[in-house]
Amino acid sequence: MTGNAASSTPFIEIQNVSKYFGDFAAVDSVSLTIGKGELFSILGASGCGKTTLLRILAGFETPSKGRILIDGVDITELPPYERPVNMMFQSYAVFPHMTVEKNVAYGLEKEGIPRVEIKRRVGEMLNMVQLDTFAARKPHQLSGGQRQRVALARALVKRPKVLLLDEPLAALDKKLREHTQFELMGIQYKLGITFVVVTHDQEEAMILSSRIAVMDKGRLIQVGTPKEVYEYPNSRFVADFIGTINMFEGTVVGFDDDSVRVNCKDAGGELVALSDAPPAVGSPVCLAVRPEKIFISKHEPDNTEDTRLAGIVEDLGYFGNLSLYRIRLATGRVVQVSAQNSRRSAERFLEWDDKVFISWRPRSAVLLTD
Amino acid sequence: MIAVAGFRRDMLWQRFTIAIPYLWLLVFFLAPFAIILKISLADPIIAQPPFTPFFDGQGGVAATVDSYLFLLTDKLYAVTYLKSVFMAAVATLLCLALGFPMAYGIARADEGTRNLLLLLIVLPFWISFLLRVYAWMGLLNNHGVINNVLIWLQVIDKPIAFMYTDFAIYVGLVYSYLPFMVLPLYATLERMDLDLVDAAQDLGARPSQAFWDITWPLARPGVIAGCLLVFIPAMGEYVIPYLLGGPESLLIGRVLFDEFFVNRDWPLASAVAIVLLLLLVVPIVFLQRSQARDAEGHA
Amino acid sequence: MKRRSRFILSVLAFGYAFLYVPLASVIFYSFNDSRLATVWGGFSTRWYGELFRNDQVLDSAFLSLRIALTVATLATIFGTMAGMALTRFGRFRGRTLFSGMITSPMVMPEVITGLSLLLLFVSLQQLIGWPAQRGFGTITIAHTTFAMAYVAIIVQSRLSAMDESLEEAAMDLGGRPLRVVFDITLPLIAPAMIAGWLLAFTLSLDDLVISSFVSGPGASTLPMLIFSKVKLGVTPDINALATLIILFVTSGVLIAWWISRRAQRQTG
Repeated sequence: MTGNAASSTPFIEIQNVSKYFGDFAAVDSVSLTIGKGELFSILGASGCGKTTLLRILAGFETPSKGRILIDGVDITELPPYERPVNMMFQSYAVFPHMTVEKNVAYGLEKEGIPRVEIKRRVGEMLNMVQLDTFAARKPHQLSGGQRQRVALARALVKRPKVLLLDEPLAALDKKLREHTQFELMGIQYKLGITFVVVTHDQEEAMILSSRIAVMDKGRLIQVGTPKEVYEYPNSRFVADFIGTINMFEGTVVGFDDDSVRVNCKDAGGELVALSDAPPAVGSPVCLAVRPEKIFISKHEPDNTEDTRLAGIVEDLGYFGNLSLYRIRLATGRVVQVSAQNSRRSAERFLEWDDKVFISWRPRSAVLLTD
Repeated sequence: MIAVAGFRRDMLWQRFTIAIPYLWLLVFFLAPFAIILKISLADPIIAQPPFTPFFDGQGGVAATVDSYLFLLTDKLYAVTYLKSVFMAAVATLLCLALGFPMAYGIARADEGTRNLLLLLIVLPFWISFLLRVYAWMGLLNNHGVINNVLIWLQVIDKPIAFMYTDFAIYVGLVYSYLPFMVLPLYATLERMDLDLVDAAQDLGARPSQAFWDITWPLARPGVIAGCLLVFIPAMGEYVIPYLLGGPESLLIGRVLFDEFFVNRDWPLASAVAIVLLLLLVVPIVFLQRSQARDAEGHA
Repeated sequence: MKRRSRFILSVLAFGYAFLYVPLASVIFYSFNDSRLATVWGGFSTRWYGELFRNDQVLDSAFLSLRIALTVATLATIFGTMAGMALTRFGRFRGRTLFSGMITSPMVMPEVITGLSLLLLFVSLQQLIGWPAQRGFGTITIAHTTFAMAYVAIIVQSRLSAMDESLEEAAMDLGGRPLRVVFDITLPLIAPAMIAGWLLAFTLSLDDLVISSFVSGPGASTLPMLIFSKVKLGVTPDINALATLIILFVTSGVLIAWWISRRAQRQTG
């Protein structure tokens, strides 16, 4: 699960960083390496420490313990104004008393760059974010999306080694979000700058990122590509936090070749999952299956290798491209199932209170111990 | 039709609600200025009331600009006006120098402390102004607390004459008007988005540069309001120069008061008031503009 | 960054010391037995006793209180009307002049307000024989004129922060406009009106300059009496009076603060 192509050369190294506010550990022994040119997301619920970690990277907070290296240079003690890092704030923090052009030029002026070059670079940058016609406007004359572009241009014009983005899409409406998402990815691809994004929105993290770090209570829970984090969550927390999942608590009762048999009271019997590092017999585990990995049918499926359970349709919802079902098992447990509506049918395939069978392949189930 | 008439009748009380305070202000605020202007154009006489009538009784108008001419020709008045402007301006700057860091500190304190600190700024405002000035008399006296402490500490061996000096007036002005400076400054600083200062530092500004580039310009509405709220009343101050200042520290408020009560020259006092008002019209209009803008910004 | 916050802390400490040391010293010396106000002659409460035996002080305090109570009530009524007129009645003829006249008394130097009102009273007396004498009535009118401005501002800011849809909802449910004012608007702005009343009361009780102009012979408010005494220097009985006022105001403000904080905690 670790060691993949994107992080081949460590560019940002976060070494055992902790940040305490009094007794409270906002960030707790986090170690992480991020490769050059990655679009890396830190994902977690509010209060999980992701924003504190970002502010430590920007230099607004100094870590209580640990070190941070960027491109091999220790920047732990550097103040924010001397770091090769720039940030796009969640509030955008566009200076309200300066024009768009002045906002973008501000950082370059502080570097003492000659005026002619500032003008050229600001012009280029405004052109890239399509704000060239707005150069003389004040922020209050701009829309939210335009203000965000100013914030982005202002940070990028400094040609930072790393761009930090704090909840970049949170303040935008749904349509603009999707547009901006792809635009950010495009800009990142074009400039090759390393992006570190903090977000609470798992969908956003999945679409944007080359890799995701999931945080909870100040700790790093899992780091991996979106696919890894989704398909192979390493804990109940990650499985539950990202997407929807059905979790069956139980105990390990035995092994067949590479599969593990788990007794789940909820499911009314034994379930099977594949595992390369099976836990000992008798240990408590959780067997998790994503709704889209479950098949649903009116007749009992033949494949005996699959896990098969009987139930009735308690509730169903039609979402156009797919349908969601809530299936109640004989034990009373409700399982969520989603199915693609690939065929257009005049009559509904399933109705409320229909008796159905659900089934899944052993490889579709994930065994979680944490 | 009936419904409309009923609605009209319902709206009658609105007219009433406007009319009562409106009339009150017209009679007791606006009209007096017309009268001041009128009397400033009269001649002083020894009578009750001590000025010549505006209408001479034969249908003509008996106006004279003697009082204004006197103001212009007597150097005392020009000096007094200038000194009043100067002292009010210095007191305003002192208030700003002390008030800005205080307001900044209060705005950046955590919430519980912030409310207590604000309360402590407002509290003196509720305690008698006169008694607060009086308190300084006890401190600044030749035998007052400050001199006693300094002598006891052996910093000095003879008391320093603080009282009846311009220094004492400045102390009194700053002391009395400091809350008027701190409150509007606090209001703007507290509203300010702290991310802006972080952003400036992120873009390479040192803390001091970030202060002058971001915090200071954004605090400007508060600075303007605070300065005007101190400058305007300080210009016309009477009690502080009277109690703390020396006989030579004549401020215009005190001159007006004396001209009226001691010399009983009502036309001249009125002329002094009119000129003071003209001096203050610009800052007053400025203040009202900035407050109106502020009110709109809130809505 | 650390250094600047230390600078801020020391300025804060200096500022608050500057504000409160004079008050503390007045309180301290009010318990001084010596007639010489700055020489410590042992602890005593005798000046408090003398204060309460001084008829002049009691008379003027009583006059000041009567004026302040009347002023606070009148100013709250007029100021609330004005505040509502400025926020809820839309545009009306003369609105600009009206709002200018509301805010001007707050920023007008007291000597000008005082002089202009006195000249008005004198002229009125010549014209219509009223006011026959200056004192309670004229001081009350003068104080009401500037105190109502403060009430109007407080009410206005409360009203503009308040959601107008509450009143619209009441009208939608069948309340006639005037009924709605009494059922909805006034109860909601009551805290602002109380704050305005207290402010008007304090301003009236506190005023010296305007009262000096518009009062007549024989009518002397407490600040006028204090002023005539302190002109001659620091006296121990004024220390005692000042202490009583400081303690009264401080406890009043602290109680108000405590109550509002508790109310906030309960709702928040």
